[in-house]
Formats: sequence, structure tokens, C-alpha cells
Amino acid sequence: MRTAGLGLKAAALGAILYLHVPIAILFLYAFTTEDASFKFPPPSLTTRWFEVAWNNADIRAALGLSLRVAFVAMVVALILGTLTAGAVWRTRFFGREALSLFIVLPIALPGIITGIALRSAINLADLSFSFWTIVIGHATFCVAVAYNNVIARLRRTSPSLIEASMDLGARGWQTFRHVLLPQLSSALVTGGMLAFALSFDEIIVTTFTAGNQQTLPIWIFSSLVRPRNRPVTNVVALAVVVLTFVPIVVAQRFSRRAEESS
Amino acid sequence: MRLALLLGVPLFWMVGVYGGSLAALLVQSFFRLDSFAGTIDRSPTLATWRDLFTDANMSVAARTIGMASSVTLASIVIALPLAYFIARHASRRTKAVLVLAVMIPLWSSYLVRVYSWKLILSADGIVNWFFERLGIGGLLDAVLALPAIGGPSLSVSYIGQFLVFVYIWLPYMVLPIQAALERVPRSFIEASADLGAHPATTFRKVVWPLAIPGVAAGSIFTFSLTLGDYIIPTVIGDSSPFIGLAIYSYQGVAGNLPLAAAFAFVPIAVMGLYLFGAKRLGAFEAL
Repeated sequence: MRTAGLGLKAAALGAILYLHVPIAILFLYAFTTEDASFKFPPPSLTTRWFEVAWNNADIRAALGLSLRVAFVAMVVALILGTLTAGAVWRTRFFGREALSLFIVLPIALPGIITGIALRSAINLADLSFSFWTIVIGHATFCVAVAYNNVIARLRRTSPSLIEASMDLGARGWQTFRHVLLPQLSSALVTGGMLAFALSFDEIIVTTFTAGNQQTLPIWIFSSLVRPRNRPVTNVVALAVVVLTFVPIVVAQRFSRRAEESS
Repeated sequence: MRLALLLGVPLFWMVGVYGGSLAALLVQSFFRLDSFAGTIDRSPTLATWRDLFTDANMSVAARTIGMASSVTLASIVIALPLAYFIARHASRRTKAVLVLAVMIPLWSSYLVRVYSWKLILSADGIVNWFFERLGIGGLLDAVLALPAIGGPSLSVSYIGQFLVFVYIWLPYMVLPIQAALERVPRSFIEASADLGAHPATTFRKVVWPLAIPGVAAGSIFTFSLTLGDYIIPTVIGDSSPFIGLAIYSYQGVAGNLPLAAAFAFVPIAVMGLYLFGAKRLGAFEAL
């Protein structure tokens, strides 16, 4: 290893700071006593906005909705992603490539296109916007992360494990339950956590599939466009950072451990 | 049989529901809005597509593509040194930490990250404070006074918007470049140095060509994500429309779903062309 030049080090450090300082500033603002502007430096610090935010019924409802949507979308995405990965793994069939394209399309296309397509389809089908239309939108783009994690794991799983299980007389279900599932568990945790984080934070598709229900990102967005309650918004923003941080770190841990063990 | 069992539900959901919705969207673009009645006329017509190619809409598209290009260029310039440092100089431990430091913003809340810049760029925010403190507040004012890219304050200017776009999509550029550089054998660089090349020459003739697939892969993300975004132009900037915002307001406020549908195919077409070019640069091997 050669030591890096000062210029290179400075440029690399600059990029890292660029990526992280804004969130640090958000932390600071959650404690400011200033409630009408974004004045820097904050005149003085307080923790009272946390209490105000916690007691705000709108925020509680939005948080509850977001958590429920993320949970259901995660479960649906894991089921769909695992089924697809199982089908694509070790079998060739007509339209196999097209199917894997359709899986990644919702995250490859700009969210607004997925959103507007689903919204017009929901209107065409004469469905009313509800909890379930939000879940449909979220599950559609969460399938990709579940699928990616499961298929990556399957590709590293030796087919002889399955063959051995079958040779020993296990049925398809038994083989899945006792051989494949333990192999997949860390991929399911990683994929599930990422899907949860993706759904919990999603705003663009949600605006189109939510009707007049408010998820937490929609609540934040509406208070950005029409500023009201700035200090409370700061606190909610901080809470979202912390809440999405947990599943990401868990996912990272699990995928690292899986890589090391394989 | 087993295959049908596994595939039934995912096929129905992804191809039937999702693919069907996209197809229906395309079909809608061949209807038109009856502007007197305010209803959608469902006889096939190209009128909506003709409405799409008005000067106003094309300048929205040009502005968006211009922003997407400059964001992509800036991301390359900022990402390269970091990616190079991670790939070539960092110890195993530092590397793990740095990769995580690039990944975390990628997965953490997009909306909140945009919001944090609202705090930073506002007229009484930290950037202004910093410039005042250094006694160069005049410099900031001079930059903001520039025509076209300036504005009354950073948070309502193109410069501010540009900074936020780059900040949000930067990790998507760092990771593929780092992956591409990771694959450059150390001996290439040593050989170049042994043969008497100046580090700058080595960079230009050896490292850069080998980084290009990574750069192209990263640029797919930065370009495409900027092209379709409508949250950042809503929150930061002077609210002049971008493609995403135009689609949003056509389908919402204007109630002109056919035109919104037609407009939605502009970024798809632009990305199609872009992917074609990126493929030729080897972007798909670097993903």
C-alpha cells in the first residue's frame, strides 16, 4: 500500500463530509428553541419539541400507518420475491428474462411513472384508495430487494444439499422447511429489513396511491411545502433518520455475516 | 407444475398488475382531454402527443436534461477521489467503514435528507452564517446575483437545487466507480510508474479508462434519478417545473391524464437512449 497524497485525502474527506454533515445539522435543529425560522446558530437548546411531537395526534396516526404499511409490504414482498427467486433459480422457462426485468423495473423507472401508472389503474378498476392501495404500490417496488437478496443466496447454495435431502426421502415441503429455509434465513432478514426501510421512507409512489391518508413521509412533505410547526417537523425528521437507521444496520450486519460464513 | 405454483402469484402481480398498469398508461396517452367538458375523450388520437411537443413542454424537458447532465458530471468529479481512495489506499478496516459511510446515506431517508438542505440553505441558515463569519458574505451575494442560476437565497436558486441533487445521488456514483477500480490490478499502476509515467499521466492513460465502466454505471443512476425526481424541485429552487413536476401537475391540478401519460414516456425514451450509450461504454459489466 502506498500512502495517499494530501490532495486525494482531502478530496475523499470532503466527499464524506458532504454526505454526512447535513444529517448532523438536522440533529442540532431538533433541539433549537427557535420556532419560526431556520436561524443558525440556534439561540438556545431544548428538548421540549420531542414531547410536542410525541403528543401530536396527526404524527402518531401517520407513524402508525407507515409502520403498518411497511410491515405488510415487507411480508408481501418477501413472499413474492422468494417465490420468484425459487422459480428462476435452476430452471429455464419461456419469459424468464422478461420476468426478472419486471421485478427490477419498479425501482429502475422513476417513481413518478410507477405511481401514475398504478393510480390510473386503480381508477380504471374503480377501486377506492385505502391502506391496501398503498400496500400494493409499496410491495411492487419492494419485491426487487427481497428477490435480489434471496436469489443471491440461492446462487451460493449448493444444489447437492437439496438432492441429498430428496435422496433421503424428504418431500418438497420438508426439504424447503428444513434445508432451504435455514439457508435463506439471513437473506430473508436482510431483504426484509431493506424492504421495510424502503417502504417506510417512500414518498413518490405513495402520493399517487394514498388517497387522503397520510403516511409519515407524506406528513413531512406536506409540512415542507406549507411550512407549519417547523420545530416539530425537525423532530419528526430526526426520528425518521433514527428509525430507518436500525433496519439498515441490522441488514448490513446480517449480509456481512452471511458473506463471511459462506 | 412446481413452476406454475411458484410463479403464479408473482406473475399475476408483477406482469399482470404492474405491467398492465404501465400498458394502460401508454394507452391513455392516445386519448385526449376535452378541455371544454373537462372529461377524457377515449377515441384513439395523436393529439395528446402533438400537445406534448410544445415549446413550453420541450423547455421543461431541456431544463431537466441539463440539470441531470450537470449533476452527473459533478458527481463524477466528487466521487472519483473518494472511490479511488477506498479502492486503492484504505486499509481493510478503513475500507469497511468508508463503504458503510457511503451506503448509509443511500438507504436512509431520502425525504429527510432533502429536508436537511432546506435548513442549511435558508437565508438565515448555516451557509450564510459561515460566509458572514469569514467576512466573505459579499462573495455569496455575488454568486446569487448571477443570472439564471442565482436567486434571492440559496434555497430558491438553481445552485441550491444542484447541490441537493448531487448530495442525494452521490453514493450511487461512488459505489460502482469503487467496484470498477477495485478490479484494476495494482501491477498496472506500478508498471505505468516504472515506465516513467507521471502520476497524472498514469491516471489519464491507465486508471481513467479502466474506471469508465464504473463511471457509466453510476451515471445511469444519477442521470435517471434526477430525470424523474419531483420532490427536490418542489422543496428547493424557484419552483420552475422539471419533467417530474410537470407530469405531476398535468395529472393532478390540470386533470389531463393523457398528457401526463405521454410526458411520462419522455424520461423513459431519454433513459433508453442513455442506456444504449452506457452499454457501449461497458456499464453493465460494472453493475
